[in-house]
Amino acid sequence: MLKDHAKVMQAIAASGEVIGRKKLQKMIYISKKLSFPFGEKFQFHFYGPYSEELTVQVEELCNMRFLEEVKEKKGGYYQYRYTVTDNGKEFLSESHVDIPHLQECLTDMNNQNARFLELVSTVLYFDNLPKEEVQEKIFTLKSKQRYTTEEVDSAYEYIAMLKGKAELQ
Amino acid sequence: MSIINKVLSRSQIYLGMMDNVPKADKSFHKKIIRLQEGCHNEIEQKRGEKMAYSEEKLLEEKVFKDPVHRYVHVRDRVIWDLIGTKEFQRLRRIKQLGTTFLTFHGAEHSRFNHSLGVYEIVRRIADDVFEGRPGWSHDERLLSLCAALLHDLGHGPFSHSFEKVFQLDHEYFTQAIILGDTEVNAVLSRVGDDFPKNVAEVIAKTYQNKLVISLISSQIDADRMDYLQRDAYFTGVSYGHFDMERILRVMRPREDQVVIKKSGMHAVEDYIMSRYQMYWQVYFHPVTRSAEVILTKILHRAKALHEQYYSFKSHPVHFYSMFEEEVTLEDYLKLDESVILYYFQMWQEEDDLILSDLCRRFMNRNLFKYAEFDPAKEYKKLAELSILFDKAGMDPEYYLVVDSSSDLPYDFYRPGEEEERLPIHLLMKSGEIRELSRESEIVDAISGKRRTDHKLYYPIDFICDDSSAKEIKRKIRKLLDIDESKVH
Repeated sequence: MLKDHAKVMQAIAASGEVIGRKKLQKMIYISKKLSFPFGEKFQFHFYGPYSEELTVQVEELCNMRFLEEVKEKKGGYYQYRYTVTDNGKEFLSESHVDIPHLQECLTDMNNQNARFLELVSTVLYFDNLPKEEVQEKIFTLKSKQRYTTEEVDSAYEYIAMLKGKAELQ
Repeated sequence: MSIINKVLSRSQIYLGMMDNVPKADKSFHKKIIRLQEGCHNEIEQKRGEKMAYSEEKLLEEKVFKDPVHRYVHVRDRVIWDLIGTKEFQRLRRIKQLGTTFLTFHGAEHSRFNHSLGVYEIVRRIADDVFEGRPGWSHDERLLSLCAALLHDLGHGPFSHSFEKVFQLDHEYFTQAIILGDTEVNAVLSRVGDDFPKNVAEVIAKTYQNKLVISLISSQIDADRMDYLQRDAYFTGVSYGHFDMERILRVMRPREDQVVIKKSGMHAVEDYIMSRYQMYWQVYFHPVTRSAEVILTKILHRAKALHEQYYSFKSHPVHFYSMFEEEVTLEDYLKLDESVILYYFQMWQEEDDLILSDLCRRFMNRNLFKYAEFDPAKEYKKLAELSILFDKAGMDPEYYLVVDSSSDLPYDFYRPGEEEERLPIHLLMKSGEIRELSRESEIVDAISGKRRTDHKLYYPIDFICDDSSAKEIKRKIRKLLDIDESKVH
């Protein structure tokens, strides 16, 4: 019961603190694509893969006071920080959610910036296409982000590295 | 009589037949005039070179009578041909609201009705509002209409439950139908080699022109505008109504998205309120959720039995590929609600007590009761209940279920922050654009506050049946705060 909620909490607990909703969305999506057992459904939105279900789960967890959300003004927009509360930790300890190697992957992702994770998740979203077509998609759909060829190459390298870590599971 | 005169007289007869159409339906009258003009053009073109399939018009406009939009108008040959494909006709056999008919008995409308409705809204936007405006290209018209018509093509029966249990994705099947060896693909391919791919990309939201995407998928799109009104009409509720004609009139194409002229803000407020009320009153209705819970548990049970090599009396032939998670497009297209309900009907006679009980509950609407549930305060109680249910012979995996608002495939408006979702933007007189909730106090009031909900579902008839495990059931009743007078 509430297994999907517990997994999301586990992901945030494993990361320590996640700064930014976009970053959290991309971290869970990338984890799911690496075959970690997340059940949320993602669709492609204006800014890459996005899950409304995950957004509502996080809201529910905040309402339950299992997650703490800190809203802070950052230039022209608000940014949100997420951490697991003590109540949340207690709930988690009774939920027996253990996902081997998730922590290594999430810790690494959490050290990347949201812009790069957006690129990585978009590459993964189009993983059924050859690299040239993926690159074209990124330059067309994300023209405002102005990603470079080098960044796309780095995203591919990063995915290969993460897969190496995840395959240990 | 010349060909031109014959066609004209036919359209005039048609116009006469529709004399009782109210003046409000201006687009209809415009359409008739266009029909007459179109007939001339059509014949002119027939005299010349063979007309491109993408531009081909029907000799006579077809209209579908529709309870929400009064009429759905079709003149494009491509649209007419798509409606006739077997993959599109299949949508007649899939209800738009899944299990909601068990709560609101009128809610028997299909995804076919809804798809035609979304098409009609996009057609009105493209032909009556956007045509000729800067920012809109006529070249995207047919693509928008096809994407609107086909946006739900991959939905299966009771798709939300099926997708959860069998790891399916209706969007994947929409793509597969449009791009695969299907009648729909054959029609789209006649328009152009890239056309099926473009339609698929618009629906997947990965097409390069985001304005086209936003017509069908955004915070104020044709999809939502149709289903809110249609679901309100068929459920019979008083919510869900708003002035769509007004909203369409104030929509403007602006770079990547559709924006709304500030003067139309009040009509949009009404739409946002409708969306909010329909969410809580219809989509998240606790009785509908109970039926959904039982349906999901039937599928889980059938899958578990298959994995345990249980021998079904009625072999679930249509389910095998889903149990194995290797569903082909061919298998998928064979599924509709008649097929699924046939199995549920037959499985009432199975030897497995859980499967037969759950199927009887679903078919006879003997649903689970529910209690409000606060996971933060009550998760320990839930663990305790789970143990007691097990002891009383009710497998908690199937008979004690928490259902949360995050399980629902509907949402209400929230202004996008950190670029997660594009919000509704108002076009101010100065030309700048502003997010809706910054201008509207009403929208700000209902979108700024989080509201989530959890319910705990259980079979009250089992719990109140003291013919077995009397003491344990008494403890369960106490924990669930069930009145002892209900015991039998």
